[in-house]
Amino acid sequence: MWIEIETPMLANELKKSFLASLWFMFLTFPIMVIRVNTVEKIIQWRWANLFFVGIGSFILSALWRYLIRRKEQGIHRTEVDGIARVTLSQRLLGDRRFTIPALIITTIAALVFPFVFSIYQTNIMITALIYVMLGLGLNIVVGLAGLLDLGYVAFYAVGAYSYALLNYHFGLGFWTVLGIGGGLAAMFGIILGFPVLRLRGDYLAIVTLGFGEIIRLILENWNAFSFGPSGIANIPRPGLFGIDLDIEQATIYVYFLMIAMTLFTIFVVNRLQNSRIGRAWIALREDEVACQSMGIDKRKTKLMAFALGATWAGFAGVVFAAKTTFINPASFTIWESINVLCVVVLGGMGSIVGVIVGAFILILLPEYLRFLSEYRMLAFGTVLVMMMVFRPGGIVETVRRTYQYKETDH
Amino acid sequence: MLSLVDIHTFYGNIQALKGVSLEVKEGEIITLIGANGAGKTTTLMSISGIVPPRTGDVLFMGEAITRVNPDKIVSMGISQVPEGRRIFPYLTVLENLDMGAFLRDDKDGVKSDLDYVFSLFPILAERRNQAGGTLSGGEQQMLAISRALMARPRLLLLDEPSLGLAPLIVKQIFEIIKKINSENNTTIFLVEQNANLALKVAHRGYVMENGRITLSDAADRLLANEDVKKAYLGI
Repeated sequence: MWIEIETPMLANELKKSFLASLWFMFLTFPIMVIRVNTVEKIIQWRWANLFFVGIGSFILSALWRYLIRRKEQGIHRTEVDGIARVTLSQRLLGDRRFTIPALIITTIAALVFPFVFSIYQTNIMITALIYVMLGLGLNIVVGLAGLLDLGYVAFYAVGAYSYALLNYHFGLGFWTVLGIGGGLAAMFGIILGFPVLRLRGDYLAIVTLGFGEIIRLILENWNAFSFGPSGIANIPRPGLFGIDLDIEQATIYVYFLMIAMTLFTIFVVNRLQNSRIGRAWIALREDEVACQSMGIDKRKTKLMAFALGATWAGFAGVVFAAKTTFINPASFTIWESINVLCVVVLGGMGSIVGVIVGAFILILLPEYLRFLSEYRMLAFGTVLVMMMVFRPGGIVETVRRTYQYKETDH
Repeated sequence: MLSLVDIHTFYGNIQALKGVSLEVKEGEIITLIGANGAGKTTTLMSISGIVPPRTGDVLFMGEAITRVNPDKIVSMGISQVPEGRRIFPYLTVLENLDMGAFLRDDKDGVKSDLDYVFSLFPILAERRNQAGGTLSGGEQQMLAISRALMARPRLLLLDEPSLGLAPLIVKQIFEIIKKINSENNTTIFLVEQNANLALKVAHRGYVMENGRITLSDAADRLLANEDVKKAYLGI
């Protein structure tokens, strides 16, 4: 829908866009226009580039201004009406006529996917599902309990290495280690949790960031323990009652395994969110002092959030090790933590559907943007910035199920 | 019921309480009045264990609760309405109340207490499914008091319930405080800057200055005391 903008205002906006494009032309002049050819010792002046930069930045700037204005007018309109704006995603999620067919289509698509698409595509899908799991786990810590954790990848690494090492040294199988890996990650969650109990916000973020790096550096440098940067290879894929599977079958098997585990995660996280401990997390995020005067044990509640969040990362790590059959510390850099955090924030903090959608977009988008080659990450970054400006609540804003009062009949 | 014996409380290096001793008897309304920064809120925080005292003893029903965790203290029957209300803005009224009953498992008891607070503050029943942050200041204070009552406390600590509220609402809230005290025999420890109102509802009062108790007497005698009049009542 086009929003009416009065002419003087329109002229003003266009003028601002024009100035912005001039500024951009000036800024990019040295790299876009001048080119020094060191072989022939001449300077090339590429004036056409200046023109493209000018036009491009003018259009982008005008579009940006238009969208911002539209957003502001939208907010203004809500204030006038006094009715809370229900976003499209919320409306769709609340409508059974939409949710049931959507659920059926998703189920069918999920079931036939590995048989229709190639192994390569299935592998990407498995990665996306692992991120769904990681996202849902981090969502407990960041979305519900409001503790900004930038070292989440450490627990993922704990899971992956516990499978690789326990298998290497003791020959333990996938299913045994799945439980152990989750448990170990939870334990590390508590180890991280203790020193940061008093911290909030930026301080907490910095400490968790450090924790993530510590784990990675240990894995990289303690050669006797973790085989250092060369990593661990030949990790067995998950077994299926002792049947030998070729690579294709094994991938499909891991795919369905991941689907099942994702469903399990969704189920548990959903239950947690609507439980008393879930509400205690939300309350703790809102006001610590009030929580304490309500008799909520701050320490226990926070540690529980860290431990439960870490558990899912541990599970995901075990699956990751089994899927790739090779792990090394390079898979567990800070970038992974940021990625998972992006999944949660982009998808919609505290919203399960949001995190799932966020994980798929964040993992699949860079894959399918490959045709943009070197501009891929630029496009990706632009999408992130646009999202945060125009939909700060995430793709699917959280609609928390509230506790309704039923009339008592006594 | 509750006695503080020479407690000293610090925030880092800053000493907020310099040897506070006081006594609260069962069924009383006690008020603690004093200027800004006298240490009134810190006294409450020391009782509820959120800022535990460095030295001295807090005794509740004859038991020392000086360095007990705040959640244990709540479960022993001390509930606090923190200063500035501090309700949970994104939780509904009902969820706020449910958080108050966090440590309780008796569903029927919780339900009857819910009906009780709704009878005290009918407006909350009307707004039960509304987010706490959308309530007015007075309603938020009502919610904060109700939330503390949901723990079914034996001792209710109220920190400046009149803060930032219209005189009419303040009066209404003080009426309810009296009612809670007389109907349930809930002991009330009221911290207030509005000395005039506080001393009118209370049985006894303490006056605090710079981290020390300087005066203690029956509330009506404090109201008549020349020093109190000059310093806190503006007469």
